Amino acid sequence: MSDFPLVFERSAPGRRAARPPVTEGASMAELLGEEALRARPPRLPEVSELDLVRHYTQLAHRQFSIDGNFYPLGSCTMKYNPKLHEDAAERFLDLHPYQDPDHAQGILALLHGLQGDLATITGMDAISLQPAAGAHGELTGILMIRAYHEANGEGEQRRVVICPDGAHGTNPATASMAGYDVVEVPTGPDGEVDIDAFEAALGPDTAAVMLTNPNTLGIFERRILRMSAAAHAVGAQLYYDGANLNAVVGRARPGDMGFDVVHLNLHKTFTTPHGGGGPGTGPVGVKAHLAPYLPLPLVARDGDRYVLDGDRPRSIGRMRSFYGNVGNLVRAYAYIRSLGAEGLRRVSSMAVLNANYLRMKMKDAGFTIAFDRINMHEFVAQPPAGLHTLDIAKALLDHGVHPMTVYFPLIVKEAMMVEPTETESLETLDAYAAILVEILERAAADPAYLAGAPRHTPVRRLDETTAARKPVLRHAFADG
Amino acid sequence: MPYVPHTDDDVRRALAAIGVDDVDDLFVDVPAEILDPPLDLPAPMDEVTLLAHLDALAARDQQAVPTFLGGGVRRHFIPAVTPRLAMQGEFVTAYTPYQAEVAQGVLQSTFEFQTMMSELTGLPIANASMYDGASAVAEAALLAVRQTRRETVMVSRAVHPETREVLQTYLWPLDIDIEVVDLGPSLTTPVPTVGDHVAALIVQDPNHLGYLESMPAMAAAAHAAGALLIAVVDPLALAVLREPGSYGADIAVGDGQVLGVPMQFGGPAFGFMVVTDALLRQLPGRLVGQASDVDGRRAFVLTLQAREQHIRRSKAKSNICSNHQLAALLATVNMAALGPAGLREMAEGTVRRAHQLAAALRSAGADVAPNERFFAEFVLRTRAEGATLRRRLAKRGVRAGVPVAAEYGIGNAVTLAATELTTDADIEALLAALHDVGELGVVGTEVVA
Amino acid sequence: MKIPEELRFAASHEWATEPTDGIVTIGISDFAQDQLGDVVFVELPDVGRRLAAGEAAAVVESVKTASDIYAPLAGEVVEVNGALLDAPEAINTDAYGEGWLFRLRVTDADAWGGMLDANAYAAVAEEG
Repeated sequence: MSDFPLVFERSAPGRRAARPPVTEGASMAELLGEEALRARPPRLPEVSELDLVRHYTQLAHRQFSIDGNFYPLGSCTMKYNPKLHEDAAERFLDLHPYQDPDHAQGILALLHGLQGDLATITGMDAISLQPAAGAHGELTGILMIRAYHEANGEGEQRRVVICPDGAHGTNPATASMAGYDVVEVPTGPDGEVDIDAFEAALGPDTAAVMLTNPNTLGIFERRILRMSAAAHAVGAQLYYDGANLNAVVGRARPGDMGFDVVHLNLHKTFTTPHGGGGPGTGPVGVKAHLAPYLPLPLVARDGDRYVLDGDRPRSIGRMRSFYGNVGNLVRAYAYIRSLGAEGLRRVSSMAVLNANYLRMKMKDAGFTIAFDRINMHEFVAQPPAGLHTLDIAKALLDHGVHPMTVYFPLIVKEAMMVEPTETESLETLDAYAAILVEILERAAADPAYLAGAPRHTPVRRLDETTAARKPVLRHAFADG
Repeated sequence: MPYVPHTDDDVRRALAAIGVDDVDDLFVDVPAEILDPPLDLPAPMDEVTLLAHLDALAARDQQAVPTFLGGGVRRHFIPAVTPRLAMQGEFVTAYTPYQAEVAQGVLQSTFEFQTMMSELTGLPIANASMYDGASAVAEAALLAVRQTRRETVMVSRAVHPETREVLQTYLWPLDIDIEVVDLGPSLTTPVPTVGDHVAALIVQDPNHLGYLESMPAMAAAAHAAGALLIAVVDPLALAVLREPGSYGADIAVGDGQVLGVPMQFGGPAFGFMVVTDALLRQLPGRLVGQASDVDGRRAFVLTLQAREQHIRRSKAKSNICSNHQLAALLATVNMAALGPAGLREMAEGTVRRAHQLAAALRSAGADVAPNERFFAEFVLRTRAEGATLRRRLAKRGVRAGVPVAAEYGIGNAVTLAATELTTDADIEALLAALHDVGELGVVGTEVVA
Repeated sequence: MKIPEELRFAASHEWATEPTDGIVTIGISDFAQDQLGDVVFVELPDVGRRLAAGEAAAVVESVKTASDIYAPLAGEVVEVNGALLDAPEAINTDAYGEGWLFRLRVTDADAWGGMLDANAYAAVAEEG
């Protein structure tokens, strides 16, 4: 059995695929100086174009994707990525960020329109499209809160950020990067933040509270208005992690819940492609009192022109080069303009419908539902006693479906977090439930079945321990 | 409604299974006062209308004209095969490869990317990419601070101004100081004396104005003080220029747009970070490693995840969650398509065209900065203010002239860039336009707006 | 689970040897290594570092987790187990022997007596 080759292992000296235009002229030594030149060329692949195509096409076939497979990953919102959006993005590829803004009015109009749409959808007053990912948006938001407190003379006093214990890891990581200490508050038996612990944790040292709503269990925090009032009463700012917006988009707005800062994950709610891990896009929205701190530049109107507004003296500065992940901002714009308000309402309504439907099916199949109540766009289940989430996940792979999110949130043992999204039909959900039933039946009949899964995937279970103990992070060439 | 498959029958069936009468019953936990506010969004557009709307917007943008813009983004040759392969649906619509058995496509191509970036930079360990070059520089500075436990970084003013702004944003909350090293008259950075309070010296090569820096001397200066050298590099230039590993850089970072990502008005492309073995445990971002499966097959897996946010939470090396996978994949496929020969031809073409342009401008009486050691880009001193000149040239059908910021103390100036795609006709068009606006050394000519 | 009688334990699963000339050796219990799974990496404190009782001193990483190790007693780090950098699995195979993490010169040798003895720790491990 031979290994699937690396592109380097398909190479032969002198082979090549693409040929750029060639310009003859003076040597590099003459133009740049001998001392500036590299001695040995980089050992990049040397393959023919057909071998190149075979390699990356075959690699694509060794990959699950939304296009090919049901992918009910909780907290990821793996909804269908419309092909129309690729056509949309193609119209804006050859734009240079430094071209004369008067000759970029089209893209600037689009970005300005998107700023407005996202403000409307979230109930916030101003939007920055700069952050490159959700975590990047979080850092932006927390830095703005810090700048706000410092401007009010309370920077020294407010050193703490409060997160629920179910929070996504980025929340406390972001707080640390922004120079804060993190205090966790527990989740109560109803799956919502323990309100007494929450109110007790608030104080004059609280800079911010970071919440997701619905939370990471897929449960709507019913006491959100009380929580936001309590936080504001001690002078803290409220941060909304928008990862779960798909549950309420078009039907409820974080601005109305009392949040001061919001980040959105356009690669979740607004279906910009996940791309195998990125690029994401994480715009932030703020209420008016925080608008001066937004990263620069913003897209603004100046009479009948669109401009890039970099004259913002209280801005926290830049979070990244240029203006944002524009290619994906175009895709999100296309989505919002395709759906309109009614379409977005339909998104969250059907996302929540599908999740509750799948919850009932999984319950029938023998799974424990961690909080057995009406949930929103996702829910947390646990396998029957004696079975492990990891093994069930591996068995699902053999059936051509991607498992749900495993072992998150950390506050539920053997957690399986399931989010079908609104773009899946009931038949797909029925089929998924039927596969789970079959897996449980086979597991009961044969103890080795689960431990040996997966059997039919391109590779089987990996020895991750050795990979971590003796990391091999690049290909080693024969000549060292 | 697009993309949602549910018919009325589907909804009825689902509601019955759940045991509620109405979809709104599922929103019972949302306080009534905030549920279903009116949303003032434009009416939805069908596919035809939407594309026509986007065409109308795009018609107001200047594309597909002679282009001489640089400043960190350039228009380079991207063979047709690159986007066709990288944008296959399986790569575009895949998730992060946490279930390795069904993610070998993403994982292996990332391992290939890490290898290629290591080869280009001459350093052993590359991560799986980051958001962009500027944030990669900021993360490298944070790494150096963690590693050395010092609280100051030194940065050349010739590092891209936006990169320095991002550095400021990331370092401010942690009370890390930034010392700026000013340029000399040749528009390069004099080798500074590095104090032993400095965690890292950060130098860009080629620098923001286009010129080559004395990198081996910079490495020596940093190491003499026990500081790290962070080299901010142009990955395409590394096809011909000495690689950071050869002169002792500890960290090589930069932006990958020039390796095969369309310009897209500035993003998304990707940042890269490549480090020495000693810095592995401090490296932020995703890493793909080689592993074996239970049958002994070679395979690839996300590894050393305990550095990352989903495990270390508040003690993570960074809050970074995603990488710029799809953009990095474009570069991976592109580098494999071009190979070392193609990449070298592009780099050489870039250098020759940029030098041809500079020579043509000098012959025409333009005030080109005298330093001849530049890669793709150089400084032109101008009569008009930079942004004004850029507008005038755009009106004449040429995209050229990234304004040189006032902080460089050069007065009115722009940078001009060329690549292997630049043609003789392009250069003639630029010269004609510059002549037309009175920039080619003809004193007393009336400038037409 | 092995719980050697001659050691004392912290509720956070660290063990400490009886002070000898003011030096104690510290590691994590057999129970703890079993919970963690295969150890892939250990981050040890610098020699010379002063630790307060209960302060995070080291980190033990498995593939899926990273656990803080807390100094059960106050003192100064005088030695670390460098062999763990190449062979972290010693923590799994020999948690009380080759898997030791670091040695402290304790500021208060009597405090060792106040730690959990083997029986008391066994109760903690059972609950955990």
